[in-house]
Amino acid sequence: MSNVPLSTENSLKNRKKFRRKYSQKASDRKSGYLFISPFFILFGIFGVFPLLFTAYISFHRWNVLGTKEWVGFRNYQLLFTDDPLFWKSIGNTFSIWFLSTIPQLIAALIIAFLLNQAFLKGKALFRLGIFMPNVTSVVAVAIVFSAMFGTQYGLINYVITLFGLEPIHWRGSYFGTHVAISVMVMWRWVGYNAIIYLAGLQSISKDLYEAATIDGANKMQQLFYITIPMLKPIIIFTVLQSTIGGMQIFAEPLLFGVGGNNQGLTVTLYLYEEAFSRFAFGYAAAIAWLLFFIIIIFSLINVLLARKIKSA
Amino acid sequence: MKEVGEKKLPKILLYIFLTISALLSIFPFYWMFVIGSNTTTAVNRFPPAVVPGGNFGANAALVFERIDFFGAILNSIIISTAVTASVLFFCSLAGFAFSKLHFKGRDALFIFLLATMMIPPQLGLIPNFMIISALGWLDDLRAVIVPAMVTAFGVFWMRQYMSTAVPYELIEAARIDGCSNFRTYWNIALPAVRPGLATLGIFTFMGTWNDFLWPLIVLKDRSVHTIQIALRTLNDVYFTDYSMVLAGTFMATIPILIVFLIFNKQFIAGITDGAVKN
Repeated sequence: MSNVPLSTENSLKNRKKFRRKYSQKASDRKSGYLFISPFFILFGIFGVFPLLFTAYISFHRWNVLGTKEWVGFRNYQLLFTDDPLFWKSIGNTFSIWFLSTIPQLIAALIIAFLLNQAFLKGKALFRLGIFMPNVTSVVAVAIVFSAMFGTQYGLINYVITLFGLEPIHWRGSYFGTHVAISVMVMWRWVGYNAIIYLAGLQSISKDLYEAATIDGANKMQQLFYITIPMLKPIIIFTVLQSTIGGMQIFAEPLLFGVGGNNQGLTVTLYLYEEAFSRFAFGYAAAIAWLLFFIIIIFSLINVLLARKIKSA
Repeated sequence: MKEVGEKKLPKILLYIFLTISALLSIFPFYWMFVIGSNTTTAVNRFPPAVVPGGNFGANAALVFERIDFFGAILNSIIISTAVTASVLFFCSLAGFAFSKLHFKGRDALFIFLLATMMIPPQLGLIPNFMIISALGWLDDLRAVIVPAMVTAFGVFWMRQYMSTAVPYELIEAARIDGCSNFRTYWNIALPAVRPGLATLGIFTFMGTWNDFLWPLIVLKDRSVHTIQIALRTLNDVYFTDYSMVLAGTFMATIPILIVFLIFNKQFIAGITDGAVKN
């Protein structure tokens, strides 16, 4: 080796390095595509294809045996003009969404704010307790709350009568059913949102508060001029998440019962029943696409509203 | 000093408020057990029984008679374990590629992947049902496992984790030692992202365990019911026997609660990470 001139050895090394770099690039490309392919293959089969095929089905009268008949926009036309039940399901979904989301996020904010107090002892324990409902299955939640909201022997009616009020027929009225379902949703998600808000609060720099205190801002002013503006992105995130989740509420009304006036019928439940109880695949597919549009429009409104608040 | 008297009251109020919140969160678990351990007649009266009774064993025995409780639990374990293992492998592999390998169209593909997260699962319900029945997978656990084997969220999560936890020098060093890309992923990247894998694993396991809509559609036969579907059946058919139904619900809730209590730190940290990063 010693008789090989140094310069040659160097250039050999360089060439090797160059070759390695070059082949590295090619192998990066190959393994890159290979490594991400499982997702794209699976998504192609169970994501893209169904998305397009749902649209195709929605233009047909289509039943479970596969007999199909092209009907154009008729399913959509029927949904818009001749299906009060569909509009009722949309109304129910929004009502339940509103009743569960607004109090839920406010409660979560308050809890997060309190959990963030420096002097608080037993923080971890409170956090654990408040978060526990979130890991419970929605089926279990619906069953236990259905028992608690029982009209005759339910615990909640019992407590209500202790206060000298009339028991409420939870399954018999719009108000009762919507409140019962909203409470189930709320119970499961308040802790989750509180934990997220808490993380947001903890990421706000202490310096901001110190500077504000020096400038003579009181606690209330600090809340409105520092805390809430700094939390805004996280609040938007949670509102968006609860909106998407709220539009898909399904198990709670299925297990609680929709009631005599279909007052618990949500859009997703209606879709499920059309598709898998009545096997009207075409009609259900049209509902699915409308649901998707509603979610998109609603998310866009959310984002626009958020932007407007931000610039104000 | 002057603030002492002023602050005492709010401090107590704060503890009271948080204690009430925590109690409200825990109460339904307690209530499950109260009803599940009494007889239905003891529950169906005013005032209702408010402390646990001695009938839990009898109620549980009835549950075992009416549904294949342990079979359903086993199905849930098989499905959740298979999905979790597969999600961890494929998502971290794709996350590695998205954060450490250079190839054409990488960023565009990643944005596309993010966009797919916005699509609600209901949209593909009917065609997916058709695919599964064409494959002959109705009443087969594969119907639930295969479509969930790799998720957009998982890839996103692992990619974020890889970009921060695995320094590029480490990858370079492995390459100089002659590691192939797969070996670099397996021997270098994967050990470095263990905490991220743990969080994703817990999320996936719990999400799969609690999944309801899709299994309800494709797992009709009793022998393939997951615990959620079995509970729903129990509630549908025997809803008059509240105590028995709630004893079953309680028993079905306990395993997942134990898993949560063991891993609660990772779980809560995972949620906060995800939210702040988003």
